[in-house]
Amino acid sequence: MWKIIAESKDKRPKLQNYKNWKELTPIPISFPCYGSMGETGDWRVFRPVIDKKKCTKCGFCWMYCPEGVVQKSEDEFFIIDYTYCKGCGICAKECPVKAIEMKRESEFE
Amino acid sequence: MADKVKLYDIPEEEFLLPGNRMCSGCGLSLIYRTALKALGPNTIITVPASCLTVLHGMQGFTSVDKISVLNTPFATVAASASGIEAALEAMGKDDKVTCVAFAGDGGTTDIGIQGLSGAAERKTNFIYACYDNEAYMNTGVQRSGSTPYGSITTTTPIYGKTEHKKNMPKILEAHDIPYVATSCAAYPLDIYAKFKRAKEIKGTKYIHILSPCPPGWGFSTKDTIKIGKLAVETGFWPLYEIENGKFLLSNPSKRLLDPAKRKPIELYLSVQKRFKRLSNEQIEEYKRYINQSWEYIKSKNITTQFL
Repeated sequence: MWKIIAESKDKRPKLQNYKNWKELTPIPISFPCYGSMGETGDWRVFRPVIDKKKCTKCGFCWMYCPEGVVQKSEDEFFIIDYTYCKGCGICAKECPVKAIEMKRESEFE
Repeated sequence: MADKVKLYDIPEEEFLLPGNRMCSGCGLSLIYRTALKALGPNTIITVPASCLTVLHGMQGFTSVDKISVLNTPFATVAASASGIEAALEAMGKDDKVTCVAFAGDGGTTDIGIQGLSGAAERKTNFIYACYDNEAYMNTGVQRSGSTPYGSITTTTPIYGKTEHKKNMPKILEAHDIPYVATSCAAYPLDIYAKFKRAKEIKGTKYIHILSPCPPGWGFSTKDTIKIGKLAVETGFWPLYEIENGKFLLSNPSKRLLDPAKRKPIELYLSVQKRFKRLSNEQIEEYKRYINQSWEYIKSKNITTQFL
């Protein structure tokens, strides 16, 4: 068991660039990046889909989204970044005209 | 007093990057995202051990962009902020850079209260924001000083907590600081307006924000906003601000001075799993507690022209 873990050491993705404590910076610092937890979209069971015919561009989904994955597109409609959307369903619940529908992930592909 | 904010006054620039470690449907995520938009890029934040540390991630990568954050030990969040503020003052950057301490309810009501009280007594020029999810959620739902009456956590008796919630804004009000406010995660515009106002005032500012927590309180992730709104509309969590001793109820709470306009508290209690063992006597006790807290608000000199 331990042999397998030791052998896989080189194959694992590298979180830090340093090898031992001597190469550390004096202060432990983190740097900003998208998806520090990975692609959180695979937590999702239900996928929010916006119906553009019903949408009134009120912006409630953008305001209430805890993740900030709902963003304005060029045609002033809102689009959802499915790579990081965790599928909580707040946008669908709070939409005043019910233009967002939660669909099961298995319906896609 | 905080100005009225419309939805498109909130800037589109994001400081909280997607793909962080928060649970789906987290109230804190929404609070932090809105608060950072109000505070802007020239901000230094101190964070104790809490759910917020989880959001900032492990060493190497973090999901907060363009803002400096310092992770501190549990009891020292206000003390660290005082140190940063003293350094900013010595460097003459006091006006340009805002110093903010962002702590959970455990770090504020139980462990960090001495640091906060000391900083408020020294009249340190900083904002202290407390997001209140009513237990130690990060370590697995243990009871804190802020847990409400009758709520079940992993360290309470089976019939729930026997004491009421600690009223933290009242304690800070007694410190004679220039700005005390309460807010709720279900009202992002309210949070934005209050942080904007707090940024303009000099002195110690305290903002207490209720943050619904889906795994800890026991409700579906989509109901975060609904539960937050119910907490305000039933009168359980009044939204107000006190600026230099002047008391003002915020918009969502203004009409609730009349007891007939408050929604019944059962609506709020029945949708959460942590209150599932409440007896009728405990619900009566809740009604008495809410009436008592609103009597206190009535006794304040409320400027009636806004009502």
